[in-house]
Amino acid sequence: MFSLQNVSKSFGDLQVVKPTTIIFNEGQSTVLIGPSGCGKSTLLRLLIGLIVPDTGTIEFGGEKLTPSNILAQRQRMGYVIQDGGLFPHLTAQENVGLLAKHLRWDRSKIDKRVRELADLTRLPHTALNRYPLQMSGGQRQRVGIMRALMLDPAVVLLDEPMGALDPLVRFDLQEDLRNIFRSLRKTSIMVTHDMGEAGFFGDRVLLLSEGSIVQEGHLQDLIDRPANEYVTKFINAQRIPQT
Amino acid sequence: MNSTRYRMTLFAGAFQLAIWVATQSVHADQDKIQIGSKSFTESVILGEVLAHLARSTGVKVEHRAELGGTQILWQALQAGDIDAYVDYTGTIREELLSDVLKQGVEVRSESDMQEQMTKKHVIMSDHLGFNNTYALGMRETIAQAKNITKISDLTNHKDLEFGISDEFMERKDGWKQLALKYRFPVFDVKTMDHNLAYRGLERNSIQVTDLYTTDAEIEYYRLRVLEDDKGFFPTYYAVILMRSDLRERFPKAADALLSVVGKIDSSTMTAMSANVRLDRELETNVAASFLNEKLNLNVPLAQVDTSAEWKRFFGRLATTTKEHLFLVLVSLGLAIVSAIPLGVFAAKNEHAGNLILSIVGVIQTLPSMALLVFMIPLFGLGAIPAIAALFFYSLLPIVRNTYAGLTQIPTPTRESAEVIGLPSVARLRLVEIPLAMPSILAGIKTAAVINVGTATIGALIGAGGYGAPILTGIRLSSISLILQGAVPAAVMAVLVQYLFSWFERWCVSPGLRLK
Repeated sequence: MFSLQNVSKSFGDLQVVKPTTIIFNEGQSTVLIGPSGCGKSTLLRLLIGLIVPDTGTIEFGGEKLTPSNILAQRQRMGYVIQDGGLFPHLTAQENVGLLAKHLRWDRSKIDKRVRELADLTRLPHTALNRYPLQMSGGQRQRVGIMRALMLDPAVVLLDEPMGALDPLVRFDLQEDLRNIFRSLRKTSIMVTHDMGEAGFFGDRVLLLSEGSIVQEGHLQDLIDRPANEYVTKFINAQRIPQT
Repeated sequence: MNSTRYRMTLFAGAFQLAIWVATQSVHADQDKIQIGSKSFTESVILGEVLAHLARSTGVKVEHRAELGGTQILWQALQAGDIDAYVDYTGTIREELLSDVLKQGVEVRSESDMQEQMTKKHVIMSDHLGFNNTYALGMRETIAQAKNITKISDLTNHKDLEFGISDEFMERKDGWKQLALKYRFPVFDVKTMDHNLAYRGLERNSIQVTDLYTTDAEIEYYRLRVLEDDKGFFPTYYAVILMRSDLRERFPKAADALLSVVGKIDSSTMTAMSANVRLDRELETNVAASFLNEKLNLNVPLAQVDTSAEWKRFFGRLATTTKEHLFLVLVSLGLAIVSAIPLGVFAAKNEHAGNLILSIVGVIQTLPSMALLVFMIPLFGLGAIPAIAALFFYSLLPIVRNTYAGLTQIPTPTRESAEVIGLPSVARLRLVEIPLAMPSILAGIKTAAVINVGTATIGALIGAGGYGAPILTGIRLSSISLILQGAVPAAVMAVLVQYLFSWFERWCVSPGLRLK
């Protein structure tokens, strides 16, 4: 589905992503975890083409990502960021339907799809005509997820999607999000620094440090058979809910 | 999408307007004679004298009265927008022949000046008959009390306040040279309009001003003209400047213009000015009476408009409003369609952006008079050069606010538009411009309000508008006329503000107005 071959990226003198090779399988949910500055968000931005790798290649659906095909490829990816990244001048419905409208979908088709997604993400229909500033943080995040799912993308990338939410809202949304991805059998790649969240979502967890993958596997593998002391230290620094 | 279609129409409309303005015949037509005059009464009367003389030969004549200053008339004469006007030998030597003087050519006598003018394809006539030189003047009572009779006496009175006219301040043979020649101490000097200076003297807010020796007010305000004891002021004999080609185009009219040479002496000129300024007669009738009397012409006197005051008032208001709106709307429309793309371009390209912002910034600092003088060789006189100048002044607020509006969009929002897969033009249209809209509109509003005020300078180059009654009002010391320009200009500025508040409600998303 998605693969990185020998991809690296530097900002100035700092190599944020050291040469890395990863393959993301279809239908699998992968979580990138690690401390701030470990390169996990940069990896995600490389995947969506916001930045271009210095070395290596990125393939998506068997096709190499290039500046000329990135726009078309992005339409097959969903991307969710902290607080939803909504456009403040558009209502929830307009935010979700913006690209579809640009692609000249029928209005009725757009409306139908938006309602479907509202049900899926459990967003009250009354919120659809609200502007981002009129919604709660949890609602904004749900709209952000709806927007990412609008064109039924092959993969959804999530960059700390729960970062801005308070614990109760976060708890509900984590639950909903997992149900959504499981029911849709969506390939997903999520960035978080929260071990509990990683274990909750990830079929596979990649632990990063200073631009390299330290260990990958199911969370339980990382706990039971840590590759090195750093993994143990990182896991012990977090309070993991019982899995 | 309705608003898109609307914007397209707006764009197309503005574009057509731009083409229409560009294709307007820029310089004046050749089948009539254009006479110019400066914005002081003597010049306007002499302009009328020339206009009557040319018209007496059966030619169509237009008098472009009250233009903004020597440079504007000189540029217009050279560009062929006017064919003749009256200027003064001192001005001609110091201002119009300064390029020749700089090359080291001796220009002493008036025949030297005539020779140099011929090289510039301009005929300079002999004296009309009077010398209207600059002088310094004070109220008789104050001069007497302080025992001041000549200019060098002023150096002992550091407490005197001076009101110096803009033109005298700027002239090469003006205030700075005078102060040097007489070794003036540092005086309190205010720059002001010549006509306002008389009021200043009357109210004693200034004690000394520059004046012209034929001013009707010298007598009226009981002023003492100070003796130029160091012989600083050059002579300012009035002469006709006329394009050489007028002789070929309209030989009879050219001869007729020159027939007034030697016929106007100092007291005649002062009396004519007094008739206009103090007795409120029309310039055209004062000029006609003079010609009928001195040159045995038979110029019919214009009927004084006897229609009701309010009728004349509304007539003038309608005309000036139309002219003013035309200047503001066309220049603002052109500025909008060019400044928004410039602002977008600046926001997208860092280096070009800095360059664009500094260029429009520099344009903003150009004095309006200088900008107008630049425009005349390109666009002639009238509305077009004024629109061009206003256009340039409108660029900065719109370019800067477009730039600021776009660059202030938070990175996550901008990237969200990118990652959902919108191409860059669609991102601009659907996300970035709408988000920058409040800032862009604020820029347009600023430009519009400034424009309404600045458009009054249009009167300086014959574009009309609210500046025209202000200019005439200042010249004739008529508060009522000044207000007929100033009040509507202020009202228009307020209306523009309201219009934009309404416009904002209509084209800024409600989501951005929530706070």
